[in-house]
Amino acid sequence: MSVDKATVAKIASLARISMDDAALERMVPELNGILQWVEQLGEVDVTGIEPMAAVIPNTLRLRDDVVDADPLTGGGRQGDVLANAPAAEHGFFGVPKVIE
Amino acid sequence: MTDLTQLGVKDIRDGVRAGDFTAREVAEGFNAAVADAAALNAFIVTTPDHALAAADTVDAARAAGADLGAMAGVPIGMKDLFATDGVQTTAASHILEGFTPRYESTVSQKLWDAGAGMLGKLNLDQFAMGSSNETSYFGNVTSPWKKAGSNAAMSPGGSSGGSSTAVAARIAPAATGTDTGGSIRQPAAFTGICGIKPTYGRCSRWGVVAFASSLDQAGPMARSVEDCAIMLGAMAGFDPKDATSLQMDVPDWEAALSSDLRGKKVGIPREYRMEGTDQAILDSWEQGKAWLKDAGAEIVDVSLPHTKYALPAYYIVAPAEASSNLARYDGVRYGLRDLPDGSGLQDMYAATRAAGFGDEVKRRILIGTYVLSAGFYDAYYTQAQKVRALVARDFERAFAECDVILAPTTPTASFPLGENVDDPLAMYLNDVFAVPASLAGLPAMSVPAMLNEHGLPLGLQLVGRPFDEQGVLNAGLAIQQRAGFKAAPEKWW
Repeated sequence: MSVDKATVAKIASLARISMDDAALERMVPELNGILQWVEQLGEVDVTGIEPMAAVIPNTLRLRDDVVDADPLTGGGRQGDVLANAPAAEHGFFGVPKVIE
Repeated sequence: MTDLTQLGVKDIRDGVRAGDFTAREVAEGFNAAVADAAALNAFIVTTPDHALAAADTVDAARAAGADLGAMAGVPIGMKDLFATDGVQTTAASHILEGFTPRYESTVSQKLWDAGAGMLGKLNLDQFAMGSSNETSYFGNVTSPWKKAGSNAAMSPGGSSGGSSTAVAARIAPAATGTDTGGSIRQPAAFTGICGIKPTYGRCSRWGVVAFASSLDQAGPMARSVEDCAIMLGAMAGFDPKDATSLQMDVPDWEAALSSDLRGKKVGIPREYRMEGTDQAILDSWEQGKAWLKDAGAEIVDVSLPHTKYALPAYYIVAPAEASSNLARYDGVRYGLRDLPDGSGLQDMYAATRAAGFGDEVKRRILIGTYVLSAGFYDAYYTQAQKVRALVARDFERAFAECDVILAPTTPTASFPLGENVDDPLAMYLNDVFAVPASLAGLPAMSVPAMLNEHGLPLGLQLVGRPFDEQGVLNAGLAIQQRAGFKAAPEKWW
């Protein structure tokens, strides 16, 4: 499979990365080079093989149901959470108006 | 007095404990060496005060007769992928420029608790995506090594290129690295130092800027196997804040180091004999076999039949995870915001990400978005995950016949900066020997073996069973003792 400029534009839009025509043109052969190369995976017989998502067998743990069990990840840290926000306002993350 | 900057982790720790010198003297020495090495561009920010404060704490503890930690008095470089409280953390990206965490990553906190101090935040490939340290927003890192007869700036490898350069140049005794598909081992090999990626889950990922979460793993980079064993012990351990953290004890790797390999079998994977591998690399591999045999090991042939598919599988799995992980950079909560006049929320996302990400990061996000998109998911992503399972099964079968695997770390020695930048695929091939162990989550290490005909270092790679960092370190130690690698780059910076 290969991608054309329109497909790359669609992917870029899905990925929320604005790209002008020149950037799209440049990206088309680069992505196609990579996609053609990974295509060789199609040769591999994977009959009966389960897709692997986790390498080391590990079960997800549940933490104790305690408020602020770990103060680092608990609540009450509004100031820290907002400290790096580009536009914190009134104790919230500020964003451009989304509802007219 | 000896030049303290020539010392490694163990010698500094032992010297501080014995009172041969103070931690402050060590920190001052390295701070000066760092300040003098701006030409290498290894650091994004330097933190001499952090190193001095940690040293003073250690010296005071010693004066008070208190027990000193495993890293007491050792100032290290911290890859700028670890969140450090109050110190800018960028992942070498523009989108995180100025981001100052209000918390400390688990791994860095453990190192400070063990008595280490921080010389600064080390440069890297942007979001750890790269194999030459040429994708950083803060400029290329230059290796301290030069090719014989040439003045060209050489690549320190990547993504942990600031780490490898700093340790090889003796401006840090050790540094943290992270390895997603070779990012500790390949730069270690390029610069003549050691680096180990432990079993997936040994080191907490909490507070480490995420690239591909099922692969990312932190580890130490230092100039000896012993130093790696000490530092890994300080970095590893269960962390309830990381859902994939291994809930098991951390062995005392340093205490159990032994280069006596009698009774051990070393597997040589025949599929690693690939076209395009330098003759000098193949020669070093032969030499490695001889060294391990001399240490008492039996050499056996093993087969890892899906080796050639590991790299393409990696270049689906890793970008897929990256495209998901990097969705968080939206210009809302932290980092850069680009809000063109009169634009709305969606435009802000797209403009912020266009301005904040470098080309390689964009390329991988786009690949990841594509392979996860409707209609292509099964053909690419599911297929890659199945191939990943086969790569892991290959290792499982091989480890029924051997205890540790010996292979080259990279197919070539370091190359001049700029040589591969126009060809992403050629760059990806650097990690062809490193990626399989990453996909399988196995502990793997690179140790320096020798210099090639151009005076550039070559590394040998050891891959072990899950949780058997000890077996990897021990085989690494056997090579280190026989290789007697003492070469250091000549100071030109």
